This record gives sequence, structure tokens and C-alpha cells, in this order.
Amino acid sequence: MEVGQMQRQWMGYMKSLFMEGFLDGQFLQLQQLQDENNPEFVVEVVSLFFEDSERILKDLSFAVDQQSVDFKKIDAHVHQFKGSSASIGAQRVKNACIAFRNFCEEQNIDACRSCLQQVKQEYIHVKNKLETLLRLEQQIVAAGGSIPMMEWN
Amino acid sequence: MASGSSSSNWVMESGDIPHVLAVDDSLVDRKLVEKLLRNSCCKVTTAENGPKALELLGLSSGEQNTLNGRSKVNLVITDYCMPGMTGYELLKKIKQSSVMKEVPVVIMSSENIPTRVNKCLEEGAQMFILKPLKQSDVKQLTCQLMNLGR
Repeated sequence: MEVGQMQRQWMGYMKSLFMEGFLDGQFLQLQQLQDENNPEFVVEVVSLFFEDSERILKDLSFAVDQQSVDFKKIDAHVHQFKGSSASIGAQRVKNACIAFRNFCEEQNIDACRSCLQQVKQEYIHVKNKLETLLRLEQQIVAAGGSIPMMEWN
Repeated sequence: MASGSSSSNWVMESGDIPHVLAVDDSLVDRKLVEKLLRNSCCKVTTAENGPKALELLGLSSGEQNTLNGRSKVNLVITDYCMPGMTGYELLKKIKQSSVMKEVPVVIMSSENIPTRVNKCLEEGAQMFILKPLKQSDVKQLTCQLMNLGR
């Protein structure tokens, strides 16, 4: 595949991620921060997000499985997850966290368990999408092309 | 963004590169704020919690000046919600110190709670910024920092 085609494919994919609500404008902020001084910035931040998320999900699973549930602790973890997903523009994960926090406040453990599953699913979803997107970017750069700049209004 | 009172004395020589201390318990947010600040021509040191920040500022009891002996910090930007010492508590400690009380402190938070904003501003925070941080937020902040003293 030649560079132009790859770039068009990338643009189409990015557009779909926005249309489907997986990503929001904050992700574009990250793209815009990438420059010659830091050509791997997006990959680095996204990798940090993945590492961080897996840790949080582990902690969350542990917390909801306890005999005597500590809702404050669960809420603290979800708050963290909400923050990091918002910072990279993972909109659906962020929204799932917002819903989760409401149930923490209500101290509804069944709803919390279900929310955890939701959040996990949304995370796995966006992880796959981001990995695909970043793979496309790698291919474009390897072929000597550059990543197009995207505007989102 | 909400701004504090105008009686600020952000002591900076024109031509100096601002040195910012960024405090946040989130790995992702630390990386983001660091890049945003670097893109606005700042030198950045990060800390993952309040106590580490105080140590770097030379405000821990009995500690040697770590950063401020050699390199003066011109701005502290800190997350509000951190386990242990909150950003608010860090702000208070900085404002209570004789050495560092003139340094502007900016509070970041993902939650726009008026009582939270007000108590930070009342305690002397220069500004309250909503997360997630954007380039425009940081540009505005650093412009203010650079423009004082002219």
C-alpha cells in the first residue's frame, strides 16, 4: 500500500473513532503535542495509560470482591481511572467511570460490579482501537510519510 | 480558569526560562503536563505527591534545599485530588513558608466545584485550572508568568 492510501485509511479510521465516541478532542491535543523533539509522544502516553489502567482494573477487581466493601476506596480508584481516560481522550471509558462513581455514592454493590464489567469492556475496546491506530501510524512513518493533522470541531 | 488576586510578585528576570514544579499522582497526567509546559518553553520538574514536592522545594523539616539551592522554582502547578496530602494542603504549606510563599501555585482539578475553587483562591492559589489540561491553558498560564516584572 502506498503512503497516500495509508494516510487516507488512517484518516477514515480516526474519523470513525470520533464518530463512535471512542475518542474525543483531548486525543487531538495529544496528537498536536507530538513534534520532532518528541516523535513518539502519543505512543508513550498511550502506553502509560495502558499500564496504569491495567493496574487500576486489578485494584478495582480486588476491591469489589471484598467481603466488606470499601466504597470510598472503589470510588478513589474509579476517580483515578476517570482522570487518566479523560486526559487521553478515551471518552467512553471516562463516561463509564462517571456512571460507576454514581453507584459508588449510592453504595450499590451489584450495580458497581456491573459497572466494573462495563468499564473493563470499554477499556478493552479502546485499547484495541488505539493499538490499531498506532500501528497504522507506524506504517505510515516507516513508509516515509507523515501523520495527517486532524481538526475536530 | 479562575484567577486569584492581582497582588502577585512573580519574580522573574526577563529572558529567564521559567522552572515549573508539576505535582500529580497520575502518571499519565504528569507526562501530559510536562510536555505541555516544555512546549511553552519551561523547564519542568515533576513530583508524584505533596511530600516529594515539599522536599524538592526545600520545605521538608530538616531537609537540605534540593531544587531551590541551585535552581529557583518560578511556579508550582499541582493536582487537587491526591492521596495523602492534597493539592490544597500543599498550597497551604507553600504559602505558610517564609521562603516559598511568593511562588505562584496553580491548582488543577477534574471537578469544577465552586467551594473547592474558592477555598483554593482564598488560600492564595494564583489560578484554578480544569483538567484535562490543554495547550491553550498552559500557554495562557506561562504568558502571565513571563509578562510579570516588565
